[in-house]
Amino acid sequence: MLETLGLLANGFTIVFEPQNLALIIAGCALGLFIGAMPGLGSVNGVAILLPLTFLVPPTGAVIFLAAIYYGAMYGGAISSIMLGIPGASTAVATTFDGRPLAKLGMADKALTAAAVASFVGGSISVVLFTFFAPPLAHVALVFGSPETFALMMLAFATFIGLGGDDIFKTLFSICIGLVLSAVGFDIISGEPRLILWDITGFLHGVNFLVLAIGIYGIGEMIWTVEEHNLGGGKSMLSEATVTVKRTIANLRELLSSWRATVMGSFLGYFVGILPAAGATPGSLMAYGIAKQISKNPEEFGKGALEGVCAPEAANNAASTGSMLPMLTLGIPGSPTTAILLGGMVIWGLEPGPRLFIDHSEFVWGLIASLYAANLFAVIIMLIFIPVFIKILKTPFTILAPIIFILCLIGGYAPTQSMHDVWLMVVFGIVGYLMRKLDYPLAPAVLAIVLGPLAEPALRQSLLISDGEFSIFFTRIYAGPIMVTAIILLFLPVLKIGYDKFRHRPA
Amino acid sequence: MSVRTAELLMALTMGAFSIYLMYKSAELPIGWIDGEGPGGGAWPFWLATIMLVSCVGILFNWFRRHGPIANSEKAYIESRVLMDIGAVALSLIVTVGLFSFIGIYGALPLFLIFYLRFLGKHSWRLTTTLAIGIPVLIFYFFEVTLKIILPKGITEPLFIPLYKIFF
Amino acid sequence: MIKSRRSFTKLVCIIGASAILAGLPAIGQAWEPIKPVEFVVMAGKGGGADKAVRLLQNIIASENMAPVPFTPINKPGGSGAEALVHLNDKKGDNHTIMFTLNSFYTTPLRQPKLGIDITTFTPVARMAEDTFLLWVNTDRKDINNVADFVKAAKAKGNQWIMAGTGKNSEDNLLTDFLNKAYGLNMKYVPYKGGGKVAKELAGNNADSTVNNPSEQLGFYEAGVTKALAAFTPVRLPLFPDAPTFRELDKDFVYFMQRTVVGAPGMSPEAAHYYKDLFTEVFNSDKWQQYRTKKSLQGGLLTDHHLMEYWKIERDIHEVMLRNMGAIK
Repeated sequence: MLETLGLLANGFTIVFEPQNLALIIAGCALGLFIGAMPGLGSVNGVAILLPLTFLVPPTGAVIFLAAIYYGAMYGGAISSIMLGIPGASTAVATTFDGRPLAKLGMADKALTAAAVASFVGGSISVVLFTFFAPPLAHVALVFGSPETFALMMLAFATFIGLGGDDIFKTLFSICIGLVLSAVGFDIISGEPRLILWDITGFLHGVNFLVLAIGIYGIGEMIWTVEEHNLGGGKSMLSEATVTVKRTIANLRELLSSWRATVMGSFLGYFVGILPAAGATPGSLMAYGIAKQISKNPEEFGKGALEGVCAPEAANNAASTGSMLPMLTLGIPGSPTTAILLGGMVIWGLEPGPRLFIDHSEFVWGLIASLYAANLFAVIIMLIFIPVFIKILKTPFTILAPIIFILCLIGGYAPTQSMHDVWLMVVFGIVGYLMRKLDYPLAPAVLAIVLGPLAEPALRQSLLISDGEFSIFFTRIYAGPIMVTAIILLFLPVLKIGYDKFRHRPA
Repeated sequence: MSVRTAELLMALTMGAFSIYLMYKSAELPIGWIDGEGPGGGAWPFWLATIMLVSCVGILFNWFRRHGPIANSEKAYIESRVLMDIGAVALSLIVTVGLFSFIGIYGALPLFLIFYLRFLGKHSWRLTTTLAIGIPVLIFYFFEVTLKIILPKGITEPLFIPLYKIFF
Repeated sequence: MIKSRRSFTKLVCIIGASAILAGLPAIGQAWEPIKPVEFVVMAGKGGGADKAVRLLQNIIASENMAPVPFTPINKPGGSGAEALVHLNDKKGDNHTIMFTLNSFYTTPLRQPKLGIDITTFTPVARMAEDTFLLWVNTDRKDINNVADFVKAAKAKGNQWIMAGTGKNSEDNLLTDFLNKAYGLNMKYVPYKGGGKVAKELAGNNADSTVNNPSEQLGFYEAGVTKALAAFTPVRLPLFPDAPTFRELDKDFVYFMQRTVVGAPGMSPEAAHYYKDLFTEVFNSDKWQQYRTKKSLQGGLLTDHHLMEYWKIERDIHEVMLRNMGAIK
């Protein structure tokens, strides 16, 4: 323990070198803006800025990238709350309550909550990271396909009840998301699959971002056009003002959400450690569980502060968590850490069990920079909240075309394919038409994220077990997770059945 | 068109789409392969089947007039907003179509002028400022800072001197 | 004669056109890219090929080797089919190059509908060949050589799990070879990406793998996994204790190419430029260090030598895929 603290102190001396400190601040600010763009998240930010890092030594480079990573995780909440467009899959859950809060004129409250919860999540996870790296790395290592599938079932289970009142439309939405996630390529059989109308653009599958920006960006904007009747000079947000007094009141109110925030932090961290899972399932599960443990679950989806805190704490905690398998095992826990891993190769560092020993200065510099990046990111975000609110007060007819443009570019940037931009416009228009008929669309967006994780894990497991489903129940980690998932899945169904039975008119 | 009619049309369209997805999935084996588990097409095929069943369920509710949507005779999209939404959706489609021909920096100013001036009724001064300013900002942020090269179409030669300056 | 006349006319046209455009290159100056070069990666973000591309991009940028940035774009769809189609559609484009693997041969063979003829692509430079080894977890104290491995795998029959990177991929070809050569019946379980495969072995979720050294190096150095034999002609300096299959009387050598290829119909001047550029990159310290560290083999190959290499490799892969039953 003492030894760890000593190493950490060394790390801090590296971080507080003026150049590195400047890199952290620049990285956080840049990351915040990249994250706030619809379509660009931490993955793009880190991938795109990777070549810039050859200007500085490896430790400085990784500190810069870690700061971008953190900044982008904070920034993701900004577009989720202000525009209702999740900039990355990790911020989907934040839209569920962040957007309603903004619509109620409480965007500042939601943004403050997101910043503070992110800070708590980041801080808790970085402490866990500092002191419990090796044993947790072992768990990550033995976590195989059956465990991954069980975890995905658990993620789905925590999300039952997210859909609308119409069971058929909810079911339809989940299934269309899962089917779209299967488009492209089947790795198990090695065959192209579901190349719709034989268009080659479908070979790379349907990107989550295309669906999310289509539905939440373009679809939502068309919806707003209708609501506002083009709006004249009106803005999307009428009341919110930011004053110091109001901010303090916001912070005080946040105290009541501490349970959701802390739960989200721990959950996010542990899910983040697991390879392949990453921050998205972590934040979704945190939201689902926050709803279950909340005193006012009926508030969720209508603007519950806990519904912002839990996923935001979780996605930041998970982004720290996913660094762990990357550094200790050389396995990325998320797409972003996969890029960081590539960066480490460029800098001549070999991630893996020996990294902590061979390059301890690098590792502890990175860990210390996580503490610092976390602090600077929250400060920068809090400072910028009034600016964001001001942007929201721009008349809708000015803001709308700008958002449309950001959506179009956001759809193009990740894959640089016009096919995706067209697909996004189609999703936007069809999504709008479906939403008018009360089709719930959030389940489709979740399904397209979880589908590509769940399906291969299911089939790999069955391949290993010769098609026996018992593999999900007999393994030491998979068993308990799966049983929990099944209990959670059937609880609401039983409850609904029971309620119906009780309330049946005699 | 009433909401009730729209509900019927949507369910029929989505049902047809589900059948198409089932047909496409069936290009790979959809059954159980001994010792391997489900075939490559099984996951999407059976999920598409559930989609189809859901559509049938929605149609069933429609016929027995169950739920608010199936009973609503209100206009699906009110005529007073239909023009607005049509204009927005069409301008988007045209803009994306123009990306490949006159490039993003040709299409975006046109879109901004159309939206700000003709839909938003803003002053020419504001319109031109934004129609020029936003593409310039986009160029700086995406191309110069992030090195994401956006489509240029026939305007490509105009950018070659710019590349020389910025890269 | 006719051919050279035509290319001369083309040259005149190009020089004329570019001189008119902006008076940019003075006549006689060599061709240089005038806009950012699209560097297509035939694999997803974070994989082995992607890491190599980002290193190449880094070398070009940090040593100021090119006047414009090289921007990597990942097109992993359909085992590289998407990338191949993309490049094929860019016929005559001088600003699109691609980093390619062995799916360069296998994907067009397995999906003839794509209409890809790899001999039309412009050869730029083969930067390396990656090697394959047979790996097991060090927990398997009973397995110290290939004979032990065969004994253990035979005993477990089809319950012996070989993890690899997708059906009919390079790993699958090697697994198939082992099954045939030693009369085994190992079960091949595909995962997404070599890193994931390496981790499945380290976590004891698989019994063996045929990873590249770069994918297993971290675990190997930590003593979690061990290499039993190499699919190379001679022993690798990094793994002196792992015999080659040739030494074990099974003549099987298999490499993964790491090659830069240009769009079909690229102008000869542009092709020449990229050849020179990547030769310079190849000789740079950073690339050479990377080669040593990742135990990469295969020297620089350019021009018609590279094209001949492709033709030979494609024919070899055609035979292997046919033997596997992946194509008819």
